[in-house]
Amino acid sequence: MSTRLVDHGRLINKNNAVSFTFNGKHLRGFAGDTLASALLANDQLLVGRSFKYHRPRGVIASGAEEPNGLVNLGAGATFEPNQRVTTTELFDGLTATSQNHWPSLEFDVGAINTHLSRFLPAGFYYKTFMYPQAFWKHVYEPIIRHSAGLGRAPKARDQDTYEHFHAHVDVLIVGGGIAGIAAAQAAGARGARVMLIEQTADWGGRAVVDMPEIDGLPAQEWVNNAIQALEKMNNIDLRLRCMGAGVYDHGYALAYERLTDHAPDQDGPRHRLWRVRAKQIVTATGAIERPLSFAGNDVPGVLLASAVRDYVVNFGVSLGDRTVIVTNNDDAYRTAIILKQAGLDIPCIVDARADADGPLIYQARDLGIRVELGKGIAKVKGGKRVTGVAICAQAGEGAVLEELACDCVAMSGGWSPVVHLWSHCGGKLIWDADQVMFRPDHAKAPTGADGQPFVIAAGTANGHLFTAETVGDGWAAGRAAAQAAGYAKRGGQAPLGADTDEGPIAPVWLMPQGASQALRAKAWLDFQNDVKVTDVQLAAQEGFESVEHAKRYTTLGMATDQGKLSNINGLAVLSQALNADIPNVGTTTFRPPYTPISMGAIAGVAKDALFQPIRKTPISDWHNANGADNEPVGQWRRPYAYVRSGETVHDAVNREVRNVRENVGLLDASTLGKLIVKGPDAGKFLDLMYTNMMSTLPVGKCRYGLMCSENGFLMDDGVVARIAEDTWLCHTTTGGAERIHAHMEDWLQCEWWDMQVYVANVTEQYAQIAVVGPNARQVLQTLGGMDLSRDALPFMQWADGKIGDFDARVFRISFSGELSYEVAVPAGQGRAFWDALLVAGETLGVMPYGTEALHIMRAEKGFIMIGDETDGTVIPQDLNLQWALSKKKDDYLGKRAHDRSHMADPERWKLVGLETVDGSVLPDGSYAIAAGVNPNGQRSTQGRVTSTYYSPTLNKGIAMGLVHNGPDRTGEVIAFNKVDGTTVDAKIVDPVFYDKAGEKQNV
Amino acid sequence: MSNSVSALQGKVATAKVMVRDAGLRGMITLRGDITNTKLKAACAGLTGVDWPAPGQANCVGDKGLAWMSPDEILLLVPYAEVPAALGLVAKALKGQHYLAENVSDARALIQIEGPFAAEVLAKLAPVDLHPANFKPGNFRRTRLGQVAAAFWMRDVDTIDVICFRSVADYTFDLLATSAAAGPVGYF
Amino acid sequence: MLILHCPYCGVDADETDLHAGGQAHLKRKGPDSSDADFEDYLFMRENPKGVHFERWRHVYGCGKWFLAARCTNTLEVFGTYAAQTTAPPKDLLDTISEKRPGWSWGISK
Repeated sequence: MSTRLVDHGRLINKNNAVSFTFNGKHLRGFAGDTLASALLANDQLLVGRSFKYHRPRGVIASGAEEPNGLVNLGAGATFEPNQRVTTTELFDGLTATSQNHWPSLEFDVGAINTHLSRFLPAGFYYKTFMYPQAFWKHVYEPIIRHSAGLGRAPKARDQDTYEHFHAHVDVLIVGGGIAGIAAAQAAGARGARVMLIEQTADWGGRAVVDMPEIDGLPAQEWVNNAIQALEKMNNIDLRLRCMGAGVYDHGYALAYERLTDHAPDQDGPRHRLWRVRAKQIVTATGAIERPLSFAGNDVPGVLLASAVRDYVVNFGVSLGDRTVIVTNNDDAYRTAIILKQAGLDIPCIVDARADADGPLIYQARDLGIRVELGKGIAKVKGGKRVTGVAICAQAGEGAVLEELACDCVAMSGGWSPVVHLWSHCGGKLIWDADQVMFRPDHAKAPTGADGQPFVIAAGTANGHLFTAETVGDGWAAGRAAAQAAGYAKRGGQAPLGADTDEGPIAPVWLMPQGASQALRAKAWLDFQNDVKVTDVQLAAQEGFESVEHAKRYTTLGMATDQGKLSNINGLAVLSQALNADIPNVGTTTFRPPYTPISMGAIAGVAKDALFQPIRKTPISDWHNANGADNEPVGQWRRPYAYVRSGETVHDAVNREVRNVRENVGLLDASTLGKLIVKGPDAGKFLDLMYTNMMSTLPVGKCRYGLMCSENGFLMDDGVVARIAEDTWLCHTTTGGAERIHAHMEDWLQCEWWDMQVYVANVTEQYAQIAVVGPNARQVLQTLGGMDLSRDALPFMQWADGKIGDFDARVFRISFSGELSYEVAVPAGQGRAFWDALLVAGETLGVMPYGTEALHIMRAEKGFIMIGDETDGTVIPQDLNLQWALSKKKDDYLGKRAHDRSHMADPERWKLVGLETVDGSVLPDGSYAIAAGVNPNGQRSTQGRVTSTYYSPTLNKGIAMGLVHNGPDRTGEVIAFNKVDGTTVDAKIVDPVFYDKAGEKQNV
Repeated sequence: MSNSVSALQGKVATAKVMVRDAGLRGMITLRGDITNTKLKAACAGLTGVDWPAPGQANCVGDKGLAWMSPDEILLLVPYAEVPAALGLVAKALKGQHYLAENVSDARALIQIEGPFAAEVLAKLAPVDLHPANFKPGNFRRTRLGQVAAAFWMRDVDTIDVICFRSVADYTFDLLATSAAAGPVGYF
Repeated sequence: MLILHCPYCGVDADETDLHAGGQAHLKRKGPDSSDADFEDYLFMRENPKGVHFERWRHVYGCGKWFLAARCTNTLEVFGTYAAQTTAPPKDLLDTISEKRPGWSWGISK
């Protein structure tokens, strides 16, 4: 059984006991424990179930690479699934539950899948769920949905807060082991702005566990001294619990800082996402030990050899009294030595190498440990925990030579440098056959904006497994990075490390090398996703030869750990199955983030009210306090209608339309774009921007204008007012303000840069209120001020003046067909002006109206709306707007395009009015049916509805649409389709339904 | 103009770094040939501050100049003085090609003040706000969260932020939330 | 995350402060152009793996359009320059030739 040792445990404080629960069971650990070490100290070896077969799973690693120990943490608003026990720091009151089992961790019905594994081979989903097609909806999909997903999605809102931080540094160093520290020393001494981040809560990496000497000091002491010195330098920022998540183009990097996960009572954001721009990045990310592939390597109690000694040294936790070591290298002997020195029994070191020799081997033998060379594990005994191993010859097929009782197996297949961050942005790898690893190829480093390398891999992450090389390489990397960032100062001295000699590693991808099918089918590669040696071999056999295909076919490396333990072993097995060399098979692509980061960190402060900006006019607060039923228009929220108590939205819209037609309504039109175009060439420029002539517009007058893109399609419309000899004010649609401003700047800056024109977007300088209806003039005159009579301010003119106390610019323009004034006042006076109008109009029947009433009234008048009648494929001619296309101008945007054959085609659908025969409202988006079918067998069409409303003025449905030869077919009845498959008949009519003579607006 | 109100109407968020509505401020967008000595002289006369270099703003009290682009200067004057200032600009630049527009009401001015004011901004803007790089007098147009904004440093603890009026609430809440979350300890 | 130097305001701007505007140095074809020329102007674009010239606007900054020469393969930026020109500056072309001997692009055809 696993238990706490009396001695050891450099990270824990035995005077500070901490209580927590696992699956409701109350347990105790110490401050400094991880959840993994605390569970193991309580003999909780079984921590979860695997994804596919629901196999019992125990902790296998001690760090970020852990594939098995995933739990649900917290409850309610702090619930979070799939948290790794090895990277979760223990705190008082922590609650964890295991996942992916039913009904319990100990007894899981889903584990029957393991007995069905013969029927659940690689590509199982693809093979099984194909036929018959009819099974998809009711059989296959529910099964897949039921079994999909790991853990449970949180149900409550996340109560925590998160933030981002933008940091610009000269050198970002990822990894706070001895290489990273040495890099920080070198770069820091040269004066560079340095950020050194470490994903764990503790500096020093592996060195402080294995304790080699650096500069004549034990590693821990050297690390302590170095960190103390670095902390004193104000050009260096040191961050623990901060993981380098990703490296991106041009030196952009993401770092994920976990601020309060270990101390949930602490105030402040839970996670901080660092958005770093670094001139140089040093990846000193260390290495991950590889498992060995033998039958039963997934039984709880089989761990990585380095993890077994981490638990002893860091946490004083023993995995068992009797530990069998199985290895292909010298490093695992350290585990044997440390365990033996801690008073634990090592029944045997099973070394797959035929020869092994060196100080570590001698030391183990001197301690009385039995070493078996050329041997392997045939099979691990035990179900929910290891009870023993069967030993065989590595060269054979698995004939058992001997069985040894044990409760832990510590395995080591060698070390793989963590090359993820090096690779994220294109760094290439080379296969180092001597060290049996992929390591960064410095000739093919990721390059930045200047074409020069900006990532330097250092230390173990660079393939250096020895202390002397590691610190030296780290220091050199820091120096080189500082130099590349522009800090050329010389000086300082690289730290000197000392090492114990080690003999060569031997590549071992399967144990024993000739393992039978039965053994291979129990030799796990990917522990979380249940991918075995046989699955990868099957994928190769079935033709999935590319490593990327094999990955997806088998799901190897697709789990939350992204194959940190499985990828190299998997591709080695694949390469053997293909009879190819490992470098020719290659790796799958490393993608950020290095380990999963929280959604909260990605969102930062962008949640709740800050999820997205909501734009407000000066009058929005009034709208929201007075029944506004808003609709989104870009990031604005405009009132669709103001709903009174007892009304439906539809009732409110009808009331608002009738009131405008009969009395007077107020519309908040502040969102409409307002662009000032000024300069000696402004008229010439606007003649190019608009299809109609703007240069001839007299000062004081307004003109409706159309804008087309260079492709000829309608892009915006609005009323243009000439303010002065050299100044025009262009109104755009609400959505067009920024877009048309940018459009104008584009042409001015990039095509007609010799024109003397300036454009300014003054949209938000003004609150603009449309006062509309027969009583409009009376309302305004009640406030007093400027003369707004028919003669003083005729239709399509504008004037500056005072209305009451308000500075006003009044436009006599109408989008409803009624007497209408659009009044612009400075935005700061907008709300007061709105209030004043409501008071002034009280006895005149004033009411606000919303965008739907606006739309209905414009449709009653046959006015087009950008975005309804236009959709990016419609040209002015389609909407019978030829009158707005100037024939006098040589050029304007869209003119040439209108001559293209398809644009000039007389067969284009054209705008008409539509009235249903039965008075009903045509469905939005409905198509007019024509005889016959098209080449795809669909019914032919001859037109479509672009706008459709119930008109309270006319008490019937009215619509506009584009119809083939439409204007020539007035009076004809055509059928429009409905969602239920039936059709509705509509008559083609003039699109102007109301006041065709235009008398009402011109009074 | 006695009935004018600022977008945020005096809103204040109190924390170690305070975020507050700086109230109504006169702002004039002036586009033209900014190397023109008449234009420079007019600006100096109206604001009493030195001409700003690219990336700089010179502000004293309610008055100041900010370098917006190679052909644009932002003039800051007391709110009530805008019409007079526009008149003076028009007089000084008569006959020249320029554009001067009152944008006072189109904007909101927010002041952040306190010991980690720069860190509050660095949580939101993709800008190097390290004290070695961003110093009093520095000015930057960029984005805060999801909206366009401009800011300049008055002194190491005081930064003025300008945003569009329609997103004043969003920007204020963004800054107040970031201030309330506390310092990062990076700068 | 591309970081481009705005030649107008001197800021090294993140991609999030910029707006991409497609291929640079298009020659506008007006009302008198042939169908083929106009089609070419509207629709035909370079799509190189390698040296490319693009339009970018410092939209969250000074608002100016500028042009950038960069490698679409490695993302190396050879230089940025003002938009008020019909062809890339000579020294920039020399730099590109030095770094990418034998390169070609639409305008050099």
